[in-house]
Amino acid sequence: MEYQNIFTRVQVHAPYDGVPLPKSDWWGRDGKPFFVYWLGKFGDAQVGPFYLGGLGVASALCFFIAFEIIGLNMLASVNWDPVQFVRQLFWLALEPPSPGYGLKIPPLNEGGWWLMAGFFLTMSILLWWLRMYRRAKSLGMGTHVAWAFAAAIWLYLVLGFIRPVLMGNWGEAVPFGIFPHLDWTAAFSIRYGNLFYNPFHMLSIAFLYGSALLFAMHGATILAVSRFGGEREIEQIVDRGTASERAALFWRWTMGFNASMESIHRWAWWFAVLCPLTGGIGILLTGTVVDNWYLWAVKHGVAPMYPAVYPGPVVDPALMQGVAK
Amino acid sequence: MSCVTKFFSALGTVVALVTLSGCWERPPIDSYQRGFRGTAMVELNNPRDVAKQVVANGVPDALPAVPDGGPPASTVYKNVQVLGGVSVGEFTRTMVSITNWVAPNEGCNYCHKAGEGFEADTLYTKVVARKMLQMTQAINVDNKAHVGATGVTCYTCHRGQHIPANIWFTPPPAKSASKMTGGDGLQNKASKEVALMSLPADGLTPFLSQSMDIRVAGTNALPMRGEARNTHTIKQAEWTYSLMVHMSESLGVNCTYCHNTQSFGNWNTSTPQRVTAWHGIRMARSLNNDYMEPLTPVFPDSRKGAGGDVAKVGCSTCHAGAYKPLFGAQMAKDFPALTNKTPAPEATAKPKKVAALK
Repeated sequence: MEYQNIFTRVQVHAPYDGVPLPKSDWWGRDGKPFFVYWLGKFGDAQVGPFYLGGLGVASALCFFIAFEIIGLNMLASVNWDPVQFVRQLFWLALEPPSPGYGLKIPPLNEGGWWLMAGFFLTMSILLWWLRMYRRAKSLGMGTHVAWAFAAAIWLYLVLGFIRPVLMGNWGEAVPFGIFPHLDWTAAFSIRYGNLFYNPFHMLSIAFLYGSALLFAMHGATILAVSRFGGEREIEQIVDRGTASERAALFWRWTMGFNASMESIHRWAWWFAVLCPLTGGIGILLTGTVVDNWYLWAVKHGVAPMYPAVYPGPVVDPALMQGVAK
Repeated sequence: MSCVTKFFSALGTVVALVTLSGCWERPPIDSYQRGFRGTAMVELNNPRDVAKQVVANGVPDALPAVPDGGPPASTVYKNVQVLGGVSVGEFTRTMVSITNWVAPNEGCNYCHKAGEGFEADTLYTKVVARKMLQMTQAINVDNKAHVGATGVTCYTCHRGQHIPANIWFTPPPAKSASKMTGGDGLQNKASKEVALMSLPADGLTPFLSQSMDIRVAGTNALPMRGEARNTHTIKQAEWTYSLMVHMSESLGVNCTYCHNTQSFGNWNTSTPQRVTAWHGIRMARSLNNDYMEPLTPVFPDSRKGAGGDVAKVGCSTCHAGAYKPLFGAQMAKDFPALTNKTPAPEATAKPKKVAALK
């Protein structure tokens, strides 16, 4: 029972000694650490001390500017009515410029605010990436997390910057907004003839679902053998204990093959990273080199052909009248 | 089971029940397969809702038929411009039917001013009614590709009301904070017109009043150069999407009623209903431009939209949530005056007041 609960059962209340940081880290950690019992149920109970750092402050400032531009534009779109702002928050958006402006800078109220918000959000994300990379270096860690984050940034940049530039107008980019960006996704697929026939979209979905599956399998396996010391995964990479043996045997018996204590983490990392990497490639190819993914799939024998179920062919009436509106 | 586990199981059950009760329709739900297996081309209907809809879409009994023959109406009444060629008996029967369908409480006086002759065009309602008669005939005679042999009557839209329930106006541009967000096409609001999506709320003006391109997906796999290049944008796709949501909501059907979503654009894999719908879009556009727009100066301001435009016809105006208006009731067949164009020979000489409308 001990390890089959939703909540973590053990809370360690002891300060992190940490590691000595290089002299170049002139910005130390601020604040006195304190403990939150309920946080301890989910993760570590200790909060603080905080490391802000120059990059962190710059990133937070850029994020705040972007957040304010988007939020105030949304508020303006409901005529500065706070009640409607809350009620319709999920519908509200800051839209990119209309395609007619090309890559020019439009007036503020016709997409200029979107460009500005996009600039500051991008700066914020890139600065945060740099901060993440520098923190890992300072702690003597590998930079795996930063590169995984970079994969997500790649997809973000393709959607909001690289592809619109290649297409020649900002109007191809995604609006800022909860439902609006989802409806944009549907419209994107409709305009470009069904994104499900984009092979890189297929790959991205495979890696997305695969990531979730691997995460569930790995998390469940380690919890299941933690009574035998299975949570000491890293040690068991080279020193295979009974937890490792049991976990390996379990998967050999259930699916005929097992990962090792090390390789499972490489599987997970690559699946997670390849999801936005392949997805970004798929978006990048859409409109730039493929205009209709369904027709592309027909051309290459990917799309299935279904037998007709209605008597007689269904013919485009526009062809009979010579107007295609 | 520990207390904590019990507590969370109970909490989970309650949350699940509350969530389900808000959005869940109890079985049985009828499903109708409308495409090849595996294409998800299925219409789902709640039979209890359908039963209510069938009652709401019931049609009134037609007045008893009148004997054939009799002099044309234009020889008995003055200023009969549209139905002049109809026999006077059928003409009177049609007039009474129209009254029942459109102004059951006001009677003849809704269009004919009390104390004046029937020929007077004093009331705007009479001028509108004349145009609507022409429109009904045009629907039944010129738009068989959409209405088939079933046709329409005034009741198809009016259903006992002066103004059909499901008309639309072009919303005036939002004045709110235009310095910030600007021309957003009334997009990104929680509007019922687009089934609470964040699509442009006015998906009708560009397509059912103007004739903006509906087809946004290209007909070539790869991007083309020159004339063949598909220049439609994602934003245009959102407008098309709005129109399609209107059609889907108006008819109470899914996208797959017409389309195999494998490719929305491909006609080979679409259902025959898509052809009917294609003609319906053209019909609505022509009704708005040829019959409604010219009536703009005739209507008083109180009958116009916030932007001063005339009421317009959309798919829901007739369909009102049913895949066929009035579930395909054969109503028009009893009203030959509405299903044929029957002007009297002398009707070409129009009185001055009406001629000024064009």
